[in-house]
Amino acid sequence: MTGQPDQPDQPGQPDQPGQPDMPDIEALVAEAGAAIAAAGSVEEIREVAVGVTGKKSPLARAQRSLGALDEEARRELGRRINEGRAAVDDLLERRRTELTLAEMERSMRDDALDLSEFLPARPRNIPARGRPNLVTQTRDALEDVFVGMGFEVAEGPEIESDWYNFGALNMPPAHPARGMWDTFYLNLGEPESTVLRTHTSPVQIHLMERAVVDGTLPIHAVMPGRCYRRDTPDARHLPIFHQIEGLVVDRGITFADLAGTIEVFTSAYFGPDIHSRLRPAYFPFTEPSAEFEVTCTICHGDGCRTCSQTGWIELGGCGMVDPAVFEAVGIDPDVWTGFAFGFGIDRCAQMRHQIADMRALNENDIRFLRQF
Amino acid sequence: MRVPLSWLRDFAPFVGEPAELAATLDDLGLVVEEIIRVGEGLGDLVVGRVLSIDAIEGADKIRRVMVDTGGVEVPGLEDGGVQVVCGAWNFEVGDLVPLAPVGAVLPGEFAIGRRTMKGVVSNGMLCSGRELELSDDHAGILVLNEVPGARPGVSFTEALGIEPDVVFDVAVEANRPDAWCIAGVARDLAARLGLPFVIPPVDVGALTGATSGPGVDDLASVRVDDTELCPRFTARVLTGVQVGPSPEWVARRLTLAGMRPINNVVDASNYVMLELGQPTHPYDLDRLPGHGLVVRRATTGERVTTLDGVERELGHPGPGLGDTGQDCLICDAEGSPVGIAGVMGGESSEIGGETTRVLLEAAYFVPMAIARTSKRLNLRTEASARFERGCDPEGIARAADRFCELVVATAGAGVAVAPGGVDLRADVPGPVRLTVRPSHVNGLLGTSLTGDEIATLLAPLGIVAEPAPATDGEPGAGPDGHGSLAVTVPTYRPDIRPAPAGEADIAEEVARTYGYSRLARRTPSWPQPGRLAPYQRERRTLKEVLCGLGAYEAWTPTFVTEADQLAAGFDPPWVEVANPLIEPERWLRASMVPGLVRALLYNAERRQGELRLFEVGSVFRGPGAPDLAPGHGSDDGLDAGPRAGSSERLCAVFGLDGDDAWTAVAAWRAVADALRIADWTLAAHGGPGSRALHPFRSSALAVSEGATTGTVFGAVGELHPSLVGQLGLLGTDGRPPRLGWLDLDLDELLDPGRVPRRTEEARPVSRFPSSDIDLAFAVGEDVRAEAVERLLRGAGGVELESVELFDVYRGPSVGEGVRSLAYRLRFCAPDRTLDDGELAGLRRRCIDAVEQGAPATLR
Repeated sequence: MTGQPDQPDQPGQPDQPGQPDMPDIEALVAEAGAAIAAAGSVEEIREVAVGVTGKKSPLARAQRSLGALDEEARRELGRRINEGRAAVDDLLERRRTELTLAEMERSMRDDALDLSEFLPARPRNIPARGRPNLVTQTRDALEDVFVGMGFEVAEGPEIESDWYNFGALNMPPAHPARGMWDTFYLNLGEPESTVLRTHTSPVQIHLMERAVVDGTLPIHAVMPGRCYRRDTPDARHLPIFHQIEGLVVDRGITFADLAGTIEVFTSAYFGPDIHSRLRPAYFPFTEPSAEFEVTCTICHGDGCRTCSQTGWIELGGCGMVDPAVFEAVGIDPDVWTGFAFGFGIDRCAQMRHQIADMRALNENDIRFLRQF
Repeated sequence: MRVPLSWLRDFAPFVGEPAELAATLDDLGLVVEEIIRVGEGLGDLVVGRVLSIDAIEGADKIRRVMVDTGGVEVPGLEDGGVQVVCGAWNFEVGDLVPLAPVGAVLPGEFAIGRRTMKGVVSNGMLCSGRELELSDDHAGILVLNEVPGARPGVSFTEALGIEPDVVFDVAVEANRPDAWCIAGVARDLAARLGLPFVIPPVDVGALTGATSGPGVDDLASVRVDDTELCPRFTARVLTGVQVGPSPEWVARRLTLAGMRPINNVVDASNYVMLELGQPTHPYDLDRLPGHGLVVRRATTGERVTTLDGVERELGHPGPGLGDTGQDCLICDAEGSPVGIAGVMGGESSEIGGETTRVLLEAAYFVPMAIARTSKRLNLRTEASARFERGCDPEGIARAADRFCELVVATAGAGVAVAPGGVDLRADVPGPVRLTVRPSHVNGLLGTSLTGDEIATLLAPLGIVAEPAPATDGEPGAGPDGHGSLAVTVPTYRPDIRPAPAGEADIAEEVARTYGYSRLARRTPSWPQPGRLAPYQRERRTLKEVLCGLGAYEAWTPTFVTEADQLAAGFDPPWVEVANPLIEPERWLRASMVPGLVRALLYNAERRQGELRLFEVGSVFRGPGAPDLAPGHGSDDGLDAGPRAGSSERLCAVFGLDGDDAWTAVAAWRAVADALRIADWTLAAHGGPGSRALHPFRSSALAVSEGATTGTVFGAVGELHPSLVGQLGLLGTDGRPPRLGWLDLDLDELLDPGRVPRRTEEARPVSRFPSSDIDLAFAVGEDVRAEAVERLLRGAGGVELESVELFDVYRGPSVGEGVRSLAYRLRFCAPDRTLDDGELAGLRRRCIDAVEQGAPATLR
């Protein structure tokens, strides 16, 4: 009943005076709704959609009949048609989503597996060997060097409290040296009370605390791990990076042991013709402190652009554990002395493999990963 | 900090190659980042007088200039002088200009040759200040009319009194404010080289020429209301000052040190800061209402407009550094602020051309207070940077004297220094005194220095070490010189702490002067063996297994967006970064799914899409997350407050052609085998993150505890196709490819207490033959194959050596909702050959167990 011409003037309907025919939009929508509800698949709904909204649909026909009406009736009917259309579109969309999800669910269900029906012969081909990340390879190689020198390997959390990252390392809350690192703070607890560790040094504190509680001093450990600093990435810096830290706390440990350890490590990792030197520096958690440099791996000490003609490349920091750090963890500095050192794992990889831009390390480009 | 060698020589007679001096500075911890040579390449220049300037036909930018060299022979000299073509327009006929003749080599190895421009031969070049590296001025030629010694033909360097110099760009560590000035660098360097170091004294009385006249007290009033933030404040007054440009030698030193000359009074203040490390501030006394200063704390919300024209609001607490919002203000005598103490002055009392009377402020501010104010206002100046590191509270008078000396020398003949001075002094830090045991110093350094030797090494740094009188338990200085030392540290060394920590600080000073490079090296050893922890060994094994399966290890970002977290199937709470580098990436990843899928996508976009990738790393959950694992580092009890959860996981995505859930299962089985996991099972997967997985092709991995499941330690299967599509990865058919997925919680998996391992005990291998029995069962789809296998193992007993599923069949012959599972059972006894009767019994037991337990029927 879509406005057939066999319904002329209907006196009982004052809102349609003297019009040739007035389609019942509500009924058309209801009809369309029924058809939509009856559609059982995405394919069917596509066909239904053509039938209820297409050019030949009753609503489209009603739309075309508007021209025959006077202006007031045209406006009124036009509004109702638009509403009707919107209602039909909405029904279509909802049904379409329903059916799509159902079909996806059905197709996934058709795909269902019992993963315990594992047939050993099932995965067919044996692919070429993959590779550990260059960072892992570097870390493992460094760990192996230090394990060979008598170090254990320890780890700690990436989320740290202010105390572990700064306070216990002789940087009380107002210490200006905190500015040496651009810190990522976390919205956990008090403002600026929790950080993404800016270095692996907090692991030192965990180790020393535990050793004091358990009575297991001495400590000879290296501590590799991921660190975070709020630096804009460039060829030499990544905001997420890896460090390895060393800590020795024992009786009779001196700066000579530190310098000797650095030298042995340098030659063991970089090669026999690569050596180390120390020069004074400042770190809040060591005193005396030093920066350590190694022979430039590019020019082997002759001087080149990479090492600014000095023949040396700065690698990391080190020093004797500061008495304030020992005090923070309850170690008697008159009985125990110790040294600590730390440097970048990624930086080692960059130096050893002459990687121009550090950002290659976390691009995950297979053409890069495959090289090492 | 830029340190001209000529300036260093004001304090000690340094000689030798600059490169060697730089190496010595390096070894002192004053790292020379660059050696800059200046004033070189100027030797070939002569002063010339412009004789004529003529236009060149067809050129509107360049002109022909004839230069008179006073008869001095230079290449290209003809009767009418030297003809050059010049593009500058700032000079006139008669001006004196620097001429670089043909053959000269200017700074930067710039060789001057004969050239022809628009048909006119140019026999050299007239130079700008910048071309000679004397100034930044490149607007025109350096006109020398005002230079007293400039005459045509005179050597340029001679006329200007320029000597070649060397500037060291020195990186000074944050704890060494004393070394952040020329004199401080000279002191360390002289100490190492054994040269005498002297800061030339200033006799202010002699400067004034008269002790009469109005004193400082008569000319200006100074009051300090907040001695807590400003423990020492001194003031001087100079009258009869003529403000103007500084003389060449002052301007040149400032320029070499990297500061721009402004006027003689401001320059004197900067000069003193560069030389001695003490910032001072000169005020125009006549522009200070009330002719005086008041130092007080800013009220909350007080506003001050600083020299840079920015209005700043003070007195509010700020983040970090324990900042409670205490800002120190310098105000005029009527109380209106004229500057933020130690950070930046105000415009109103600035030194200007009309200034004749100067009030000089030289003060000590509490370093932490300056640090807080400067950090909060994000306003770092040369002064604030020095104050916050800690200036010498006893170096103030010397700096003020030096300022007076410079102004007297540079600001006209009428300058008078008002007698007397204001010195308002409260509680400034005094010299640190501590007892140092040579044995302790030697114990730290691995040296065997005597007390005398230590004292000798410290003395040139101004650190006085004397034999300490004997006390109870501590021997005094004996004849062997090994007794304790009583050490007094000068106030310019705030980095050296009192005992006990100060002993290490003194050890560092001893080491620096002695030379780090001379300290012995020794390879330490100890009885404890080095090793990897079992966790670390197994983690390496895992990586090796994955690599063996063709997977590459990726490293994907820790920082992710909210959309990533939700896509990966994790609802809050997450861990939020307060100050992310990239605003939307403010969350710590709860899952590695987005990172690894994007890594696949990254490679796919570069036509390298067929890949298997894995990653080992931390994922994070916010405090109170329902499934929160305790994670690492829960052993500390010191930090209260909410704790985030983290766990180390291995995640692998399998995206080679044909990879799917089975690939992931095969990988898992390889891992389980490598780790010798005793008994594991597949479990329903509904935990966090499961939304990211295919609902019908994924399972949780759990410890099997008989019929029930124990600890869940991971998941295996396929990623949800809509997630893969959502992250942008589509196959050639336009549909998301199947991606196998393995996720292992290493904190659980690698803890043998949580996930048991097979016994290490060897089982003897039977010497008797084994027998195989194949059994196929029709099993309903609702029964897992592994349940059948478990029933078979239970029934087979000790004689059952292995069970292997070798065929799965679905089809009309087994019926709807049922599949056929075919197993090969291998039986073997350790002590005999199993006979047919025994085998028949075992077969029956196995069939019965499955038929009744599954349920299932034998086919």
